Amino acid sequence: MQNISAIFKKEFKTYFLSPIAYIFITVYLITTTFLFFQGFFIVNQADMRGYFDLLPWVFLFFVPAITMRTWAEEKKVKTLELLLTWPVSDVEVVLGKFFASFALLAIVVLLSVSIPITIAIIGHPDGGQIVGQYLGALLLGAAYLAIGLWVSSMTENQIVAFIVGVVVTFVLFIISTPFVTMVLPSMLAPLFTYAGLGSHFESISRGVIDSRDIIYYLSVIGFFLFLNICSLGSRKWE
Amino acid sequence: MSLANDSVMLEVTSLCKRFGSVQAVKNLTFEVKKGEVLGFLGPNGAGKTTTMRIITCFIPASSGAVKVCGMDTVEHDLEVRKRIGYLPENNPLYFDMTVREYLRFAGEIRGQTGTRLSNRISEMFQVCGLTKMENRQIGKLSKGFKQRVGLAQAMLHNPDLLILDEPMSGLDPNQIIEIRQLIKKMGEEKTVIYCSHILSEVAATCNRILIINEGAIVAAGTPDELTAGASTSSGFTLKVKGDKASVQSKLSAVDGVTGVIVHEAGEWLEASVTTGKEDIGEKIYKCVSENGWSLAELKRHSASLEDVFTQLTRG
Repeated sequence: MQNISAIFKKEFKTYFLSPIAYIFITVYLITTTFLFFQGFFIVNQADMRGYFDLLPWVFLFFVPAITMRTWAEEKKVKTLELLLTWPVSDVEVVLGKFFASFALLAIVVLLSVSIPITIAIIGHPDGGQIVGQYLGALLLGAAYLAIGLWVSSMTENQIVAFIVGVVVTFVLFIISTPFVTMVLPSMLAPLFTYAGLGSHFESISRGVIDSRDIIYYLSVIGFFLFLNICSLGSRKWE
Repeated sequence: MSLANDSVMLEVTSLCKRFGSVQAVKNLTFEVKKGEVLGFLGPNGAGKTTTMRIITCFIPASSGAVKVCGMDTVEHDLEVRKRIGYLPENNPLYFDMTVREYLRFAGEIRGQTGTRLSNRISEMFQVCGLTKMENRQIGKLSKGFKQRVGLAQAMLHNPDLLILDEPMSGLDPNQIIEIRQLIKKMGEEKTVIYCSHILSEVAATCNRILIINEGAIVAAGTPDELTAGASTSSGFTLKVKGDKASVQSKLSAVDGVTGVIVHEAGEWLEASVTTGKEDIGEKIYKCVSENGWSLAELKRHSASLEDVFTQLTRG
């Protein structure tokens, strides 16, 4: 646990030592707030549905930007070789990095709390629904992070990590949308609907937290973190 | 686990490592005792870094075993890593961090915390001459200071086995002397493996040398043993005054001389005499005095570690 904490602290601090975190926070808040309030007064409803409908698409570009550096930079500068000769297991390193990136994402997402406060001033939103939507957004973001980290662990190039991260996440998101499932054989459609990241976010964006969606997202996070651990362990393969 | 002073700290047995069809390390067997500074030499691609990576548990061996303090590096990898301090080749560092933050991170991963860690970091600042640099960003330090940060990291937890890959890279002559003394001091109590291409540095620092080539050991021994056992010819340089043709022919006639090259250097003649293993210094001097040549210089050349290295590792 001490090792995970040490890695977490170092990684989290690193985001703020470089301009990454500040640029990320500023651009994210400006973009999402602008896009949301653009349609908010037209819809004229005191809820955040529109905001959370946007998030999967906004995360698609922002989350790989957080994760692209995580492993690719360590591999390029060769600090990974040093880190993995210290008394720390691969699992601890992966978890430390995952929790640090999640903490940054959580801070960024929670900084948008000015939006529900504004809505509460001018209307009567459902507080429970908004809390549920925020929880769901964090789960979706965590799943995207796990995917991005795994992709970053397979390359030394940050740009490659970013682009492949966007593509993998995009594919996993759209496979459950009607756009894809309607052209699939009827046998495969339910499978893709369940496996895709998008279908599980639909009810969450309405503020409905279903245990099946939570289990799904936790499974995706676990699966990609496992792939990340395997990717680190691949140095030991013959 | 404490070890007696003559006990084996590192035991490498029949170590082999393959990368696909390439055999990087071939049946390497050696041991290093406590209180020994072992020089690990070899040309690029000889398998030095691969061997270090196996010892530090970064990658496993294809076959064979490595034991540190009697513990197998595969079965007890985390325990082994706690006892090793490693400065890899090219000294990778986290450039965004300050020196203090980096050493604190390295200490925390190794289970050190609080005042104990702070005191140890301050000690490392003193030892490695980093006191004025503690709050500087690593990326903005000069190469020499970066190297000192890498050394401080490797020694921070007072490891039983210190593995240094090119530790003097980027250091100025004064720093080299300081770090050499530090390594020697570490070697009195601990065990040090020192990989380098600077052979004079290895000869000055290490008690024992291991030369590997193409993944296998080609020579092992103290620096003196290695140079004494070299089949490379020795020789002399003379600075004399006399007739060039006469110097050439008379010196060539001396028993034991295998070759003579004479060239003019102003009013003097410089003669390079190559000989076999037999010491014929006296015979050369007699030749000079019997012929009445004025002698300004008579200098002996014996096989250097460079000669041994070249002879053993030349393709």
